[in-house]
Amino acid sequence: MGEFVIKMPDVGEGVAEAELVEWHVKPGDPVREDMVLAAVMTDKATVEIPSPVDGIVLWLGAEVGDTVAVKAPLLRIEIEGEGHATADTAMKPPAKIEIPAPAVPPVESADVIPLERAPRPEKPAPPRQEEAGAPRRDAPAAPPAAARHEPGEKPLASPAVRLRAQEAGIDLRQVPATGPAGRITHDDLDQFLARGAQPAIAVPGLARKTATEEIKVTGMRRRIAEKMRLAASRIPHITYVEEVDVTDLEDLRATMNAGKKSDQPKLTILPFLMRALVKTLGEQPGINATFDDNAGIITRHSAVHVGIATQTPAGLTVPVVRHAEARSIWDSAAELTRLAEAARNGTAAREELSGSTITITSLGALGGIVTTPIINHPEVAIVGVNKIMTRPVWDGTQFIPRKIMNLSSSFDHRVVDGWDAAVFVQRLKALLETPALIFIEG
Amino acid sequence: MKEIVCKLLVIGAGPGGYVCAIRAGQLGVDTVIVESTKAGGTCLNIGCIPSKALIHAADEFEKVRHMAGASNGIGITVEAPKLDLSQTVRWKDGIVGRLNAGVLGLLRKAKVKIVHGPARFRDGKTVEVETETGTQVIRAETVVIATGSEPVELPALPFGGAVISSTEALSLTTVPKTLVVVGGGYIGLELGTAFAKMGSEVTVVEATPQILPQYDAELVKPVARRLGELGVHVLTGARAKGLSKEALVVETASGEEKRFAADRILVTVGRKPRIQGWGLEELDLDQSGGFVRIDERCRTSMRGVYAIGDVTGEPMLAHRAMAQGEMVAEIVAGRKRVWDKRSIPAVCFTDPEIVTAGLSPDEARAHGYEVRIGQFPFSANGRAMTTEAEEGFVRVVARADTNLVLGLQAVGAGVSELSSAFSLALEMGARLEDIAGTIHAHPTRSEGLQEAALKALGHAIHI
Repeated sequence: MGEFVIKMPDVGEGVAEAELVEWHVKPGDPVREDMVLAAVMTDKATVEIPSPVDGIVLWLGAEVGDTVAVKAPLLRIEIEGEGHATADTAMKPPAKIEIPAPAVPPVESADVIPLERAPRPEKPAPPRQEEAGAPRRDAPAAPPAAARHEPGEKPLASPAVRLRAQEAGIDLRQVPATGPAGRITHDDLDQFLARGAQPAIAVPGLARKTATEEIKVTGMRRRIAEKMRLAASRIPHITYVEEVDVTDLEDLRATMNAGKKSDQPKLTILPFLMRALVKTLGEQPGINATFDDNAGIITRHSAVHVGIATQTPAGLTVPVVRHAEARSIWDSAAELTRLAEAARNGTAAREELSGSTITITSLGALGGIVTTPIINHPEVAIVGVNKIMTRPVWDGTQFIPRKIMNLSSSFDHRVVDGWDAAVFVQRLKALLETPALIFIEG
Repeated sequence: MKEIVCKLLVIGAGPGGYVCAIRAGQLGVDTVIVESTKAGGTCLNIGCIPSKALIHAADEFEKVRHMAGASNGIGITVEAPKLDLSQTVRWKDGIVGRLNAGVLGLLRKAKVKIVHGPARFRDGKTVEVETETGTQVIRAETVVIATGSEPVELPALPFGGAVISSTEALSLTTVPKTLVVVGGGYIGLELGTAFAKMGSEVTVVEATPQILPQYDAELVKPVARRLGELGVHVLTGARAKGLSKEALVVETASGEEKRFAADRILVTVGRKPRIQGWGLEELDLDQSGGFVRIDERCRTSMRGVYAIGDVTGEPMLAHRAMAQGEMVAEIVAGRKRVWDKRSIPAVCFTDPEIVTAGLSPDEARAHGYEVRIGQFPFSANGRAMTTEAEEGFVRVVARADTNLVLGLQAVGAGVSELSSAFSLALEMGARLEDIAGTIHAHPTRSEGLQEAALKALGHAIHI
């Protein structure tokens, strides 16, 4: 019998550490070669770690949410034959875990972790997930061992307890009972309420709710949170909002969509905006830039890599349409569609999720007249698209219905002056209002 | 007439309706109640209360008559008693009148507006009442239907003439010489027993093989024996076919046709919900087996329309209707309530009385429980002996694994008063040990309950 240690792999792009987002195994589980053991997440992507061997999991080296350095031991597997684990590895043998034991935090130096030490420093309980694949072993606030009620059986409780439960909107079938014969006592109900139980039954009337739920910020959400904190704390934003008459643009778009070839994608407003951006940024290279504020260096980019803020089931992500300057309007549209799809179903490659030089964010479909977009650090500008509304516009003699869209754009005020920001937006407006200008060379 | 607009309109001032209205009034809900006859409903006017008065009078009369007969052990001698039934009925009417006035007083105290007259739905929120002074339109945010039930008529024996329902039976001013009771349920037997005690020659015709078919044979046995003592002739498995001249034609269990000459024929074959005559068809409420269908909050299929009491189905008991009424009033007042009662006790005021709460042994087994049963006979109870009422027993049914009490039954003199202990035990989720560990006063019949629990635990003291 030997031991095989799996270390955090180098997931590329010079990443030095990765966050463990999911365990697929627990100590005691048999594993087969190529079976997925865990998922780790870098800034860019989630990577699954397969098992290189057959064996039995002995030890897990991190908890979900922990950040693990590349090359640090991640888990140990007992294998047939000789293992490769030797005494000089960074990892010391953990406690003699028989079979089911709680996940153990990374070992510092102690040779043996006595099981009595099991209660770890207080951490908020992760939200319970009833995933068949990876049942959680640690349950810090386990309910007192007590008889649960069989389905279909009325919960056993005095009328006073039942009344209180009704008032609190609690389904007594959810409340663990400690009383004789499985009777739910007032204390049981108190404890259940104290644990922040969610009211289970919909009852008419207004009710106070006291429940809270703690959700550990991990994975994608943690990346988003860090990115937003960075951008919001370091970049003094200036946000400039202008309304754009897109009546002509919409007419053009409708005409182009009506006449498009069957293999061509349907055009939204975004590819037009991208083309207009390319044109405007050619005139104002200071806005198609990244700002390394530690080094104090602004890098102006000749390429226009447009990040497109995209909502995915896991949260906000920004796939990048690379070299928008070299793409036709149809090509831009096709690439947009492909990337959005890839981002949503999680198949976007790391390169496709990084390297943008400017970002477009659009909540237009949801309505909203103004947004205050947060810049995608280290870029210096972001353009927000608001909803197109038909509004009455005075043309000098009468009100006429025009399609009006607001652009809400933010700039890094350290390196983009308000004047330049306004010039940029006004130029964009001019192009979008007279869309022929977008396509005229020179 | 000026329209009345209110938050809550209750139709029917029976036990369900008046409790609902009083509770709603207490909670500050602007409430109107409509009643076509007298406040108190079937229960107070032509049901529970008057029948209990008559039964009491019959008991007293029979007791004295018994003493006047052959020498009794106690040593009391009396002259043969006489019964003036018309006076008995006046006395009964006095009690009913007091209670009528009491209900009206309670409604007024709760600031409930009372409208007299038959109500008819115009739509789900509007009701027209034909009052003595004209049509009164009432509009309400919420309506509670509490129209109750009425006796079922047999097609072969329409009410009228000698054929009477329980209502008429409670107002007879002379004791019929011969009385045939069609239907051996609790209403028929309570009244049949009372008339037998007052001197009628009573025959009970029951279609099923057992009188009081909803109870198990053990509970019914003491009642059947007592009926025999009182000279009541019981025909089970027999069907009333109709009237032929002054005689009732009955097809017996063996298929023979028999004729029973009867001064009165009391038909007590059940009660049906009163769902006609008040515009149910306008509302198109969902029904379930002829009753208005309700959910666990007594809501009907129409928003803002509730139904409570007999009109909503079995068990058709006043205390169920009262509990429903209270619950609905609280829901209307914005409180969160749902029907979660564990026990609706039922009492049968036969001689001796029967009381049941929760599951019978057979019902418990049918639910899949392994059960433990303890039964204690009153013949071993001192109080029962000293009141010359040793008939009957207390029985407890519990889960064999946890000793949780699932049901309680008793038959015997005065056991109706055990219903509160029975229901409390069930609602509180008592185990056998809880009842066995509770001191029951000596000497009372209630000791039988404690002993039954002890017996189920295997260590009864007094048997």
